[in-house]
Amino acid sequence: MSIDTAPTVSATALDATSGATTRRDILHRLLMTLGPILIALVIAGCILLAVGVDPLAYYGFVLEKGLFSPLGIQQTLTRMAPLLFLAAGLIVAFRAGMWNLGGDGQFLLGAVTAAASAPVFVQIMPAWLALVCSFLIAMVVAMIWSLVPALLRAYQGVNEIITTLMMTFLGTSLANVLVKLAFRDPGTTVPQTRTLPVEDRLPRLFETTITSGLLLGLAAIIIVHLVMTRTAFGLKLRIVGANPRAAVHSGLGVPGLTVAVFAISAGLAGLAGAVDIIGVQGNVRADWNPAYGLAVIPAVFLARMNGFAAIGFVFLLSVLSIGGESAARRLGVPNHFTLMLVSIVLIVLALAEYFDHRYNQSRRA
Amino acid sequence: MTGLFSEVFLSALLFGAVTAAIPLLLAGLGEQISEKAGVLNIGIEGMMLAGAYLGFVGAFYSGSLWLGFLTGAAGGAAVALVMALLCVRIGLNQIVIGIALTLGLEGLTALLHHFQFSRSYPRLPAADATVIPLLSDIPVVGPAFFKHHLIVYLAVALVFGMGYLYRRTQLGLNLQAAGDKPAALDVAGIDVVRTRTIAVLTTGALAGLGGAYLANVGAGLFIPFITNGAGFLGIVLAMLARGRPIWVLFGALLFGVCLSLTTAMQVAGINIPTDIIQMLPFLAVMIMLVLFGRRASLPAALGIPYERGAR
Repeated sequence: MSIDTAPTVSATALDATSGATTRRDILHRLLMTLGPILIALVIAGCILLAVGVDPLAYYGFVLEKGLFSPLGIQQTLTRMAPLLFLAAGLIVAFRAGMWNLGGDGQFLLGAVTAAASAPVFVQIMPAWLALVCSFLIAMVVAMIWSLVPALLRAYQGVNEIITTLMMTFLGTSLANVLVKLAFRDPGTTVPQTRTLPVEDRLPRLFETTITSGLLLGLAAIIIVHLVMTRTAFGLKLRIVGANPRAAVHSGLGVPGLTVAVFAISAGLAGLAGAVDIIGVQGNVRADWNPAYGLAVIPAVFLARMNGFAAIGFVFLLSVLSIGGESAARRLGVPNHFTLMLVSIVLIVLALAEYFDHRYNQSRRA
Repeated sequence: MTGLFSEVFLSALLFGAVTAAIPLLLAGLGEQISEKAGVLNIGIEGMMLAGAYLGFVGAFYSGSLWLGFLTGAAGGAAVALVMALLCVRIGLNQIVIGIALTLGLEGLTALLHHFQFSRSYPRLPAADATVIPLLSDIPVVGPAFFKHHLIVYLAVALVFGMGYLYRRTQLGLNLQAAGDKPAALDVAGIDVVRTRTIAVLTTGALAGLGGAYLANVGAGLFIPFITNGAGFLGIVLAMLARGRPIWVLFGALLFGVCLSLTTAMQVAGINIPTDIIQMLPFLAVMIMLVLFGRRASLPAALGIPYERGAR
């Protein structure tokens, strides 16, 4: 819909000198986002009621910890950093018509290699250079990991949905093996990698606990958005996505572009892992898998692969996950409830979009 | 290492392989129907989880394994109903809804299990095996293949039933058409949406049954995230089988061997980290895809919602 409504939106913006129409548009969008979220919260609340938890108390904690407490909002903004990188990677893939569903594997391998390399590098080179090198390593490792699905899709025509999913399962296990065997910190009994000292991590923003990774993530997603919408390279990828056969006929090197898309998409997912480790966690524990990758996919899709809209959805996801984690802890609800909350929100939002689209169509006809 | 080739070890390995293969077989057969009808069902993992949880709960409270299978299949079908409404009726994106359903069911089943059993994991009594006379006396193969719960034989019989359905019945042809040329099916006067809905609901019931088997017979208990990617393996099986149920069976057995190696190697005292062994089935899939990927074929209209008069 972003493709067919974007022109009409900008057209009305040009026509309406007063800006009243755009204001109504913004109001409409806001309503179309908040309304479904409210409905989703009611549905999820009914499930909470059914298991005997007070939904109002739960949502109170979610809002307080995710949005309104100073500490909570800082955590929310910090959590956004890896999610933004993942979303940026997905935007590239989706706009080029490829389903990179292997984000979690790429994320974890990026995280593990960054966690393994950063503490070593900081001892032998200046801190900023060490972090840059770790970021690069994480990116390259994730890119290499995406090579198999990329080559299979580019030269054999194998459906990438399956291959990337399989590579995610492999990547998750491999990351665990690496943490437990190769990169294990000999100094502790807990299976985890060496810890990057707090003072060597990404600098905090101003006087807060928000990591500067947030800025990197915002930069990444905005750059991706601009590249995809304003440059020749982005146009090529969009042509491949819209109609691969036409792309071949117009002389585009589709196999090469396919590999490039996977490399960029996976590289960004690897950076997401690195930014979470170098910015926040400091190390990777065994069996750590936050599964951000899968949760971001529907969010990016709902944002219609628009970078700016994706920032909004990532913020929402971040509030729900930070608030949900802390509410779950206080009320004795298992943490998994957040997963369900997110999925209900996504489904109801998708439904609302659909009905809105249908309504607009019938009004125009 | 000599323990690796003993008769007991081999028959335990094969027995485990069959037990591990049945959920994959059911999920793969289910996914196959969906794919034939043009719906890429990524939510199958969620349907299996629903089946595993409800199947376990059904069997736990009723004391009847069969009732458990029934509730499991119903649970899977209930999730499939949501998928059918969202993706077939109103044509939302199948991949996005599939992922959302999988995530949601992961959360929901874990939540329900937590509030029902807290941190305890009650076990079901071991399932009775139906021993097939004579055949089960064959060394190694006998105890591995012919001493299973009755539902295992039914699942294998289903493979042939599906083959018959696809090749010899009108419904089978309709399914095929719904996936390849939905518009043509529509012109022939058959409701595409209804055909696809039937397919998705059947998928859900089979996946749910697979989940119930996994929890009730395979593990004897329910733990959150118990399927651990089995649904996704089912998708691969359906893709590689190119519409033939018998290939799903062989593929499921192959993956079953990989899965059963996990426990078998530990029993044999070979010390390899479980994480590495867990990679085996997925590695097997990747190797199969590299070797045969080009030949995996999917229906023309797979993943595209059908809208009357849209083209």
